Amino acid sequence: MADDNGKRQTPKLDELTTGPWPSFVREIKQAAETNKMSGDLLGQLELSYEEKIGHWKHGGIVGVMGYGGGVIGRYSDVPDKFPEVAHFHTMRINQPAAWFYTSDALRKLCDIWEKHGSGLTNMHGSTGDIIFLGTVTDELEPTFSELTQAGFDLGGSGSDVRTPSCCVGPARCEWACYDTLNCAYDLTMSFQDELHRPAFPYKFKFKCAGCPNDCVASIARADMSIIGTWRDEIQVDQDAVAEYVDSGMDIQSDVVMNCPGKCMKLEGRKLHIDDKDCVHCMHCINTMPKALAPGKDRGACILLGSKAPIVEGALLSSVLVPFIKMEPPYQEIKDLVEKMWDVWCEEGKSRERIGEFIQRVGMGNFLEAIEVEPVPEMVAAPRDNPYIFFEEFYEEGDEEEEEENE
Amino acid sequence: MAQAQQERKTDIGPPHYEKHLPPVVKKNYGKWKYHEILKPGVMVHVAESGDKLFTVRAGSPRLMSTKTIRWYAELADKYCGGHLRFTSRNNVEFLLTEEGKIDPLIAELKANGFPVGGIGNAISNIVHTQGWIHCHSAATDASGIVKSVMDELEEYFSSTKLPGKLRIALACCLNMCGAVHCSDIAILGVHRRPPKVDHSRLPKICEIPSVVASCPTAAIRPATVDGAKSVEVDEDRCMFCANCFTVCPSMPLNDPLNDGVSIWVGGKVSNARHEPMFSKLAIPHIPNNPPRWPEVVDAVKNLVEVWAANARPHERMGEWIERIGWPRFFKLTGIEFTKYHIDDFKHAGLSYKRSAHLKY
Repeated sequence: MADDNGKRQTPKLDELTTGPWPSFVREIKQAAETNKMSGDLLGQLELSYEEKIGHWKHGGIVGVMGYGGGVIGRYSDVPDKFPEVAHFHTMRINQPAAWFYTSDALRKLCDIWEKHGSGLTNMHGSTGDIIFLGTVTDELEPTFSELTQAGFDLGGSGSDVRTPSCCVGPARCEWACYDTLNCAYDLTMSFQDELHRPAFPYKFKFKCAGCPNDCVASIARADMSIIGTWRDEIQVDQDAVAEYVDSGMDIQSDVVMNCPGKCMKLEGRKLHIDDKDCVHCMHCINTMPKALAPGKDRGACILLGSKAPIVEGALLSSVLVPFIKMEPPYQEIKDLVEKMWDVWCEEGKSRERIGEFIQRVGMGNFLEAIEVEPVPEMVAAPRDNPYIFFEEFYEEGDEEEEEENE
Repeated sequence: MAQAQQERKTDIGPPHYEKHLPPVVKKNYGKWKYHEILKPGVMVHVAESGDKLFTVRAGSPRLMSTKTIRWYAELADKYCGGHLRFTSRNNVEFLLTEEGKIDPLIAELKANGFPVGGIGNAISNIVHTQGWIHCHSAATDASGIVKSVMDELEEYFSSTKLPGKLRIALACCLNMCGAVHCSDIAILGVHRRPPKVDHSRLPKICEIPSVVASCPTAAIRPATVDGAKSVEVDEDRCMFCANCFTVCPSMPLNDPLNDGVSIWVGGKVSNARHEPMFSKLAIPHIPNNPPRWPEVVDAVKNLVEVWAANARPHERMGEWIERIGWPRFFKLTGIEFTKYHIDDFKHAGLSYKRSAHLKY
């Protein structure tokens, strides 16, 4: 619907340009000033707001030569009304670890995208990639070419390794128990082939968190969650504890009583921690950052299997390796991952995440297949149902043979 | 002279992060001592060397035009030696070493409509998906609801008056791109009607075994319809998850009359104090009401304010609910408890109240 000047009217979307939070409508309009694709996107979105339904067709296979992932095909289902978004594909660009940018790098990305696409981005997508939102099929190769010349590459999509991501880690955080940026970068570079050329039953995500606070939500969102932790004593600066006491902090209620391991005692202005009962939850450290710090013997806990509800229900990652030292090139982790992929790729069903696969075949069987010993740290509690698939049993005559051998 | 054709590069991965780290980060990498939140949206990290890194965090819309990215780059040049980063929840962080530049930067951000906050006991931004802007399976729009909710709750972004951190996330359908299933408050797009099967197209573009296998409740079976090999849906077994549509374009579920959003509460990702937990159903369905979804905004605001008024320091929403019990949660928030709130997928019994620990 156009007004007298021929400019498209978007009354519903215009209502979202006011208010204290930055407006995505303002962003689209900004891009639309110089880009017809964004103009038509605005129009189609207004139609969606009027009709309360989306206007995108289902998928479509597009990409760049030699890659199977990194581009998501998208086509408008009303191209007659909005021809500039008849094709409106998304490109995923692998972000720099922990999303650090220089102004020059950002400007370079803007130069490329304004030339080849809608000028609209997501900073960032949920997995962590830079999203170039909307271009036509013919622009995919030229965009990719300019990106690689500038030192950028596509991220993952489809049944592949998805772009690994990490928290800010040792770049800024005093709690980082391993170099999350280096780990994410190393995994990304080691698995470039698996990332760009989907060959798995379904997606596989790595997320690297520096400590159990897990600021990248790896335990909820990654197939392999690498969560930094320590195994020796929490470092305590008792002078700083005394300062917190003097400042009026209610350490007894807010820290000691909140400790899930029930391992802390405040005596006057001194804090005692019985570290053998510490579950490394980070709460006390979070509350008293000047007085407490993770221990010195640092590494990571590796958990496996988280996913969103579809198909068999949501899962959180569960412990696979209680503690591992995190030293580049992280060969132990890569060896473990390769074994897991061998088993999962061989036996997994189409669109079966590794977490669902483990639920189907049984964690015990999966551990055997990847040659990892079962340990109690892997369970919250042993089974409470008696349906045990016994594999060992006696045959007739075994008892007599044993007696003879004794 | 003709320009030599550049060799096509592939498999180069992202730029090495070291190329983008500010000098103060490179110097003190892995040698940070402690941090302090100085005021809403501003924190300082102090290194063992004594160096200080100031972070100013601003709310960012995630969907960004290159014009706004260029403006961020300009700000980075002006205040931060050309360095900034984005957070895991889509805010922008300016990384300064000169304390005197903090307030001018904040003033410039605010003057241009970008609130400063999101650190500590605050709402940090709403992680969300593409919605009607780009997704074929969206049951609702994402950015519109996010904007509407954050407009109403912006004061909790720009201050640290909440009892603990508050993580809100939105997914426009059950695929949950971004995994909202562990949020203090999750907004989830839902369908309420079964797929409308196009039997004339399905045999041409869909793999029937994949469609049958895609259904979590085994509601789909092969069937011959009008002479074509298609599928039929047992509508009593269908719970409208739309996974069949994900694998088969010929059975869409998008329905303007019945699509809407559900609201979930009490999830958390961090290990601090309580172990991570899933979000649980609070409100099963609120119809879509663009452009501002006022009913959704009111529901979220109510949840935030009831929690904020009743929780102890540090208590995340899920921890607060566990302490007071779900019956009191429904009472305090005024939310109706229905049969939909009771699980009926596999292992549903594990979530029933299997004790006499009740409060009267």
